[in-house]
Amino acid sequence: MNPPDLKYSKEHEWVRMDGDTAIVGITRFAADSLGDVVYVDLPEEGSSISQFQKMGEIESVKAVSDLFSPVGGEITERNATLVEKPETVNESPYENGWLLKVTLSDSAQLDKLLTAEQYDEFLSEGNN
Amino acid sequence: MVPFAGWDMPVQYSSILDEARAVRTSVGLFDVSHMGRVDISGPDAEAFLDSIYSSSVPKLKIGRGRYGVICNEDGGIIDDCILYKFGEDRFRLVPNASNTEAVLDWLDRWNSNDVSIENTTAETAMIAIQGPKAQAILQELTPHDLSSLKPFNFAESNVSDTPAMIARTGYTGEDGFELMMSADKATSIWDALTERGAMPCGLGARDVLRLEAGLLLHGNDMNTDINPYEAGLDRFVDPDRDNYIVGETLRRIRDDGPERKLVGFTMQGRGGVPRHGYSIMDGSQKIGEVSSGGFSPTLDSNIGMGYVRSQYTSPGTPLTVDIRGRTADIKVVTLPFYSRRRD
Repeated sequence: MNPPDLKYSKEHEWVRMDGDTAIVGITRFAADSLGDVVYVDLPEEGSSISQFQKMGEIESVKAVSDLFSPVGGEITERNATLVEKPETVNESPYENGWLLKVTLSDSAQLDKLLTAEQYDEFLSEGNN
Repeated sequence: MVPFAGWDMPVQYSSILDEARAVRTSVGLFDVSHMGRVDISGPDAEAFLDSIYSSSVPKLKIGRGRYGVICNEDGGIIDDCILYKFGEDRFRLVPNASNTEAVLDWLDRWNSNDVSIENTTAETAMIAIQGPKAQAILQELTPHDLSSLKPFNFAESNVSDTPAMIARTGYTGEDGFELMMSADKATSIWDALTERGAMPCGLGARDVLRLEAGLLLHGNDMNTDINPYEAGLDRFVDPDRDNYIVGETLRRIRDDGPERKLVGFTMQGRGGVPRHGYSIMDGSQKIGEVSSGGFSPTLDSNIGMGYVRSQYTSPGTPLTVDIRGRTADIKVVTLPFYSRRRD
């Protein structure tokens, strides 16, 4: 169900590596649980974030949830589409609904993340 | 599913915003069986209700319902309801789920005579069908001519060969009907309506729609510490009746004028959602509080209602809301945010 080539966090974020750049988003499970996303608050481009720390907020019709960064580094780009069309997160969580691009501070961080198989297992254990 | 006032209620069936859009453009279906149904009857029923309801009950015509509030000794709103008149000696009151017990306590307290008060909530069910296509779909299931049923009128007829009360009322700002029937028949009526294209809608869509329509939610936008003049419900209150037990209190409140009032507001851009309890600010000074807020799919912007000091109620007044430390610009607007086109 979750793309096999991505890495996952237990906070339901995913990471796709593109050269030195990590693209970050939330998983289908997270998007479905939140319901209709109406606002995404992300840190500024050029600012730094730390792995597993709060980096912003995502708001659905129902509630506000904290976003935790699955990786640490410098933010090079925010997904501008989400300003006017936050619902893109629901429609396409793994592609057009990505949140941030980050230059990793240390590639060893990726070892602390789950594989797709491990994340699927994590979900099926009801750890959510 | 979430627990709500002792009922298990779906917040959404599919997507809250898709469900809300379906009601605005087509037709949606709500299980509102959690709402109370209280049958009040007897020769003194009309006089009794006139003493506790916010508007004149003798003036209410048979076959009609009237929105109103039930106020406590201080003028605070115990609940808002619709009162339906079947005859001078037979009425049905529909309070909110979470206030049904409080309303029953209030009725019992003032019922010194022989009025029968029967809570039929558990034996009956209530379904709302709402949207521009509601009449066409419901008409397929009932012999009653729905085109002759005006807003806030009701009829006793059959739906899917089951006796039902059909009221042209709702809580969405759209045309539609609320149906009350025996609880064991509700599922088959629900299924017949969904088979004909009505989209099941949950509490989430109901909240979005009522907010767009500028309709208040008890517990959010009013409570026992808020009186109907603060809530902007003046037109539903007639305090000048000698037998109205809180009439004198409400007359005094009306004549003094409220210090705070409910206003609607819109927000520029797609910032965070203004939610219940957030501060409304004039510069650095807190001058009010959000009572309800949300994203409006119909207006494609964030909207809300809140209580502000009386000098800030003029439409166009620029204010801000503190959204968890972020400042969002808002503008006071006239309610409702949305009214349907009436052709």
